[in-house]
Amino acid sequence: MSHVAASAAPAAFAFPATPRPRGLKSWVTTTDHKRIGLLYFWTAFCFFLLGGLEALVIRLQLAQPDGHLVSAATYNQLFTMHGTTMIFLALMPLSASFFNYIVPLQIGARDVAFPRLNAFSYWVFLLGGLFLNASWLVGPLFHAGSLSVAPDAGWFGYANLTERQFSPGPNIDFWVLGLQILGISSLAAGFNFIVTILNMRAPGMKMMRLPTFSWMTLVTQFLVITAFPVITVALVFLMFDRFFGAHFYVVQAGATPILWQHLFWLFGHPEVYILILPAMGIVSEVLPTFARKPLFGYTVVVYSGVLIGFMGWGVWSHHMFAVGLGPIGDSVFAATTMLIAVPTGVKIFNWIATLWGGAIRGTTALHFAVGFIAMFIIGGLSGVSHASPPADLQQTDTYYVVAHIHYVLFGGTVQGLFAGIYYWWPKMTGRLLDERLGKLHFWLTFIGMNLTFFPMHLIGLLGMPRRIYTYGPELGVGALNLTSTIGALLIGVSVLVFIGNLLRTRKRGAIAPNDPWGGATLEWSIPSPPPVYNFSVIPTVENRLPRWKTELHEPITDPPAVPPAPIHVPGGSWWPLVAALGLPVLALAPLTHTLWLAFLGAAILLFGVYRWAFEPFEM
Amino acid sequence: MTHATVDVMRPPYPTERGLDVYNTKLGMWVFLASEVMFFTALIGSYIILRFGAPGEWARPGIVLNIPVTAINTFLLICSSVTMVKAYATVADGEGHFFRLRPGARLSERLDFGLKFWMLATIIIGATFVSIQVYEYLHLVHRGLLPSGVREGSELAELVANGTLPAATMGLFGSSFYTMTGFHGFHVTCGVISMAYLYFTKTLRGKYSQQDYRGIETIGLYWHFVDLVWIILFTIVYLI
Ligand code: HEM
Ligand SMILES: [Cu+2]
Repeated sequence: MSHVAASAAPAAFAFPATPRPRGLKSWVTTTDHKRIGLLYFWTAFCFFLLGGLEALVIRLQLAQPDGHLVSAATYNQLFTMHGTTMIFLALMPLSASFFNYIVPLQIGARDVAFPRLNAFSYWVFLLGGLFLNASWLVGPLFHAGSLSVAPDAGWFGYANLTERQFSPGPNIDFWVLGLQILGISSLAAGFNFIVTILNMRAPGMKMMRLPTFSWMTLVTQFLVITAFPVITVALVFLMFDRFFGAHFYVVQAGATPILWQHLFWLFGHPEVYILILPAMGIVSEVLPTFARKPLFGYTVVVYSGVLIGFMGWGVWSHHMFAVGLGPIGDSVFAATTMLIAVPTGVKIFNWIATLWGGAIRGTTALHFAVGFIAMFIIGGLSGVSHASPPADLQQTDTYYVVAHIHYVLFGGTVQGLFAGIYYWWPKMTGRLLDERLGKLHFWLTFIGMNLTFFPMHLIGLLGMPRRIYTYGPELGVGALNLTSTIGALLIGVSVLVFIGNLLRTRKRGAIAPNDPWGGATLEWSIPSPPPVYNFSVIPTVENRLPRWKTELHEPITDPPAVPPAPIHVPGGSWWPLVAALGLPVLALAPLTHTLWLAFLGAAILLFGVYRWAFEPFEM
Repeated sequence: MTHATVDVMRPPYPTERGLDVYNTKLGMWVFLASEVMFFTALIGSYIILRFGAPGEWARPGIVLNIPVTAINTFLLICSSVTMVKAYATVADGEGHFFRLRPGARLSERLDFGLKFWMLATIIIGATFVSIQVYEYLHLVHRGLLPSGVREGSELAELVANGTLPAATMGLFGSSFYTMTGFHGFHVTCGVISMAYLYFTKTLRGKYSQQDYRGIETIGLYWHFVDLVWIILFTIVYLI
């Protein structure tokens, strides 16, 4: 525990009053939401690079007809791990990095509601990611005859393809166990952030004064805590089938053949909103700041976000049009799918109207935000085009769907996240990123992604299926595929530029003042990076744009540089990490058919939780 | 006559801003929302599997021992009552139940009442789990496994003579053990958590009318677990 000292004569104290804790131990035991945010960022970014590398191998394999860079079996592992990594290990945790770092600052809090649970979420995420990716290297341990036993049944792992009968190796075991571990991380973070946002707001921060990013975080977390239990059940069934001979997905034993599909997509569609809503929140922060105009129709943006959250539950069977659900089922889900495009479209108009007539500053963050709008429109349109079952029967399982998901996930989520990085990096590190390199990064990304993914619409409509490791020259899609591969390499270069930017500005970047952009929200009222206690005095908020002068309100005064009274800051804790370590050990038990590992894992977990419960830890 | 206003659940415990609910309670509500989805997915899958199954479903009345489980259900419902009594004792000062000795002060009675009701809840909860373990052992003995019916067992004979449907016994075993097992796991976690609170807080007199957060939070959980059981019992055993 440390107390931040303050004195009646502040001048005697240099700011910040206490030195930041240093050293490895201080990071491993940290419960500070800001540090956990940075840990999330760097870990997720590494997984993003890994997932990107996998994608590049996929694209090289497909660059020409009859490619033979990798075998069909390896190709299956590559696309499965690419999808799983990008969704669960890169994009969700990159969003989580902003939830952690930014949300408490935006709502005027000193930390999240449950700081140790927050650390636990991070460690479980890290360990789950390592567990899943260990499958690349441990083939020999399972006498697999190859180095890699990575999962190979697609990111949606359809049962009964994933049953022991059809996937006998440990590949799917890694997947089914790894995803359950990661689910625990997401759920724990979900509980934490809902309570944080609802309960830890600064005085006066009513719900309708909450910054849009925090609002979208709240909606996202509600989706997390309701959608993840559903996939957990699906995974538990699969796990019991694979390890204990249960029959949940065994059609010969009388099971319903599409139970997995229903459970998975019941989770899967809310999941795509879990991926996009945070990016929508980021864009809704970046645009007003750089247009120097309040967000157009704040209330509408918030409510349409909430509406998307609800409607996201009613469209899952649009992933199953080819199953043959019958005319009624198909029609209902076609209608709901077309309807959900409405609140999405509403937001797009709000963003455009925010830019309209604004005093626009063309920063890199704004470039990415505008790029987000443009690309997301294209992705949304292709989405609506396969909302219609007859059209979808042509498109499903072809590269057309791959084009759709990448326009929304790369053009949308990834660009949104980059906008957030350029916007908040100065707050998180105290250094501005280089704007010239940033623009280069943006244009390479933008051109690269369109080169990569636009041809996929055509490739798909010309009939090339997805998840096929090669194709013949007579299909006539060689040139388009080559274009796509060139685009992918361009994206690779753009990521290198971004990494260069990160490294270059670490020591040499311009020092960030409290508020480099003239932002309206509370995070800009405190130093960059903020002191451990965030706010020397918790601000009182009177309107939605506390730091801007409006017709009715003067901007609030920023908190003093030195706390007028001592601030209690909870110290770190080892126990979240210890408890988290129990989970992968527990998962190793079924994987290796070793009973004592189950007891060991449970013991570690319980020991961690026990010590955690008995640890004095005051907020 | 003047009314004394009792400051119930006000500081010394820290009040948070926001919803005027303390963090752990709100956290428990959110957690329970997630649990609702978990059990909904379990029960929903059971319904889909059962009504999508070809032919007849295993007859729970023959496979399962319904009277024993009915008693167990009754016990669990009782434990919800004792939980409420524990809560009411500490929150509303309902101490009249215990007249230890003439002239015992209210605070003494309250203190004893809370200990009594919590311990009762823990014991009933543990009994429920024990009976469930007994039920499992008995079922395994009779031949019901998560993978179906064991060869040469009593139930296998019933399948052979046509009393039980051969086609769906595997699915029944899988879903029976998974659903009741997850519920039993929840009860076990509840018993452990209550025991923790009992020994570290209740016995040490940490709860008072001003701060009974632990009791209230675990109470929410406990009632939820009870409610789920009533649904599970109806769907898996009775229907
Ligand atoms: C305008 C709103 C949207 C509509 C109408 C829509 C519609 C659809 C439909 C009908 C499919 C199924 C295609 C098929 O497999 O045949 C699909 C697939 C998909 N969508 Fe969307 N979508 C929309 C927005 C989004 C967003 C915002 C995201 C994510 C950020 C997203 C991510 C995905 C993914 C990942 C898949 C493919 C799943 C797979 O098969 O692997 N969509 N979309
Ligand atoms: Cu969908």
